Amino acid sequence: MIKTKEELLDIRKSAEEELASYDCRILVCSGTGCIATGSNKIHEIFQELTAGLDGIKLEFAPHDKHEHDKVGVKKTGCQGFCELGPLVRIQKGDQVVQYVKVQPEDCREIFEQTVLGDTVIQRLLYSKGDTHYTSPDEIPFIAKQTRIVLENCGKVDAESLDEYLAAGGFRALTKAMFDMTRDEVIDEVDKSGLRGRGGGGFPCGRKWKQVARQKETERFVVCNGDEGDPGAFMDGSVMEGDPFKLIEGMMIAGYAVKAEHGYIYVRAEYPNSVTRLRGAIAQLEEKGLLGDNILGTDFNFHLHINRGAGAFVCGEGSALTASIEGNRGMPRVKPPRTVEKGLWEKPTVLNNVETYANVPKIILDGADWFRSIGTAGSPGCKTFSLTGAIENTGLIEVPMGSTLREIIFDIGGGLKDGAEFKAVQIGGPSGGCLTEKHLDEPLDFDSVKKFNAIVGSGGMVVMDKNTCMVEVARFFMSFTQRESCGKCVPCREGTKRMLDILEKIVNGNGEMEDLDKLEELATMIQSMALCGLGKSAPLPVLSTLSTFRDEYIEHIVDKKCRAKTCTALRKYVINPELCKGCSKCAKNCPVNAISGKVKEPFTIDSTKCIKCGACKDNCAFGAIYVEA
Amino acid sequence: MLDKSYYDKTDEIIEHYGRKASSLIPIMQDIQAEYRYLPGELLTYVAKEIGITETKAYSVATFYENFSFEAKGKYVIKVCDGTACHVRKSTPVLEALWKELGLSKKKHTTDDMLFTVETVSCLGACGLAPTMMVNEDVYPAMTPEKALAVIEELRGKG
Repeated sequence: MIKTKEELLDIRKSAEEELASYDCRILVCSGTGCIATGSNKIHEIFQELTAGLDGIKLEFAPHDKHEHDKVGVKKTGCQGFCELGPLVRIQKGDQVVQYVKVQPEDCREIFEQTVLGDTVIQRLLYSKGDTHYTSPDEIPFIAKQTRIVLENCGKVDAESLDEYLAAGGFRALTKAMFDMTRDEVIDEVDKSGLRGRGGGGFPCGRKWKQVARQKETERFVVCNGDEGDPGAFMDGSVMEGDPFKLIEGMMIAGYAVKAEHGYIYVRAEYPNSVTRLRGAIAQLEEKGLLGDNILGTDFNFHLHINRGAGAFVCGEGSALTASIEGNRGMPRVKPPRTVEKGLWEKPTVLNNVETYANVPKIILDGADWFRSIGTAGSPGCKTFSLTGAIENTGLIEVPMGSTLREIIFDIGGGLKDGAEFKAVQIGGPSGGCLTEKHLDEPLDFDSVKKFNAIVGSGGMVVMDKNTCMVEVARFFMSFTQRESCGKCVPCREGTKRMLDILEKIVNGNGEMEDLDKLEELATMIQSMALCGLGKSAPLPVLSTLSTFRDEYIEHIVDKKCRAKTCTALRKYVINPELCKGCSKCAKNCPVNAISGKVKEPFTIDSTKCIKCGACKDNCAFGAIYVEA
Repeated sequence: MLDKSYYDKTDEIIEHYGRKASSLIPIMQDIQAEYRYLPGELLTYVAKEIGITETKAYSVATFYENFSFEAKGKYVIKVCDGTACHVRKSTPVLEALWKELGLSKKKHTTDDMLFTVETVSCLGACGLAPTMMVNEDVYPAMTPEKALAVIEELRGKG
């Protein structure tokens, strides 16, 4: 049990000594991505290899001086480079070697060459062109990021309180509790200009102030970890990669607004996050850092975890608190706002994972430091998950105000297979598409709004020329329609009608007046839906309509899909020069649309063709293609 | 009528979360984790035990997508159809599984109760799209062929 500030300092000191005593740490990435590619097995093998190793002579680069020979195998949070997993870092002294795509059969070699010896295995390094990168900090993908929220991710053991303490953990909490008044804490957060990272961008400090001002003294701190946007995994990565940092942020909020209970609402699809958070809470409770009379003061804080049950709408504040209370997760009419009547009708601070994870560093280094990063209106950094048709998919953090070009080309390495950039979908199903002409615009909460998009929680899906924007709009609409909670008519019925129209268009039955109907419905839903999710549901359609209107018109007038994605608009054709007349396609055609004489080129009757593609899949000569 | 063991297990779960209305969702989650579905009789029982109406319990259970009143297969396969997976062609993976297992948009579970195939909107491993999840394990970078190989492997395990 840690009962006083001094005891905490002692424990941190011994944790620091313990950390310094490792001459070599094998850091195995244990984010959801790397676990999927098999990193748990890698961790296990390294543990077996290093068992009983203490005292064995390790070789170091000549200039390194070492007194101990201790090897540690650790599970870290996301190292960022998800597609190249499993990722392993070997840290010896000040030197770090980053290995990618490590397979079980590579482990012994790594152990002998790099852990015991001083040789770097070229084959397992990240390479681009002819350049091999040894240290993670040299890799452009990592070198060009600025990491605040993710500073510990990939560097410390995500499951160990000691490592978090050694990395400076809970210094912010003790500073807040012992050197600052509650008002000073709130003022510092307010001055920092930290805005809600869940997508809304509401000033965090103002929210805390409003809660602190309420007459009701029973208050709650709630964390929104219901990261439902498809294509977004930043919050999940923080929860599983640095759970203690999130908890510290929530505790500072709890201290500042005098709340005794906190709730973390985690979505059902993140079992790793739930496990890590539960583990972290158990360690903190055991040490007395969560519970009553924390560090001998009158500050009590208890933390609970609620798992989501598969409803996207629970990412909306009032739906989320309804779900914690055990009700259907449906938004309610506001005001009163969550700060006045939130969880159990009590004043509630509700922020998302990334917002809380920013707080400790702001308390520690001050509002001015935070304001020195990012833009005037949106200080600090933002995490993004970079996915889709991009070379380096993964988790990144960059200062607000970075341009799309920096994110997609400098960090992301450009498009996959050198394809041509078409658009990036930002902000998930409530967001919009940015295109070539937006590449050099600085991204922050305010600037992106001007382009009919939102920063949202930070999902970024890059699309190349093979993506049909009408189909993308249909995809998002089918998502929001399915996830509409059904409480208000504009969202429940409006999204259904919009989806009907979009399906009609991708099936080749669209009419020009459908575009006007889409816009009319979109404006109606935007202005009349009950909650933020409903209000923003039409954004993907409006945004693609304004930027890619010609593609909509092609689908409607020319019955053409230039990306060849929309099945109903495909036209299968046989190339007479390649066709050998084997008749296999005709035999496979379920509707007898193909005819011809054996040993002469066959033809497809497009009026009969149902576009199933069976002919193309079965042609041994590659003679059948889709005409754009 | 369910076996007494079901009610004993349910009592244990209710004890763990406490007899209060806000325990409903976690209790249902644990019952479903235990039996792979939510038996209606148990939901009625839980409602009575934690002091809410049966209608309330059903209204909550039917609201959330994760609760199922029908028994699911031993292996619940969730094919991700989030944006990143969709863009990287998740639909052929789903179709290949449907075809192999004789399932469809309407029929989710095989008759031998071995497999259930569903879609999910994001598994949070978008860097490895397209992905799928079998029970709690995420499988990266799927293709129709790889998905079928996973089915073969699971069939071998029985």
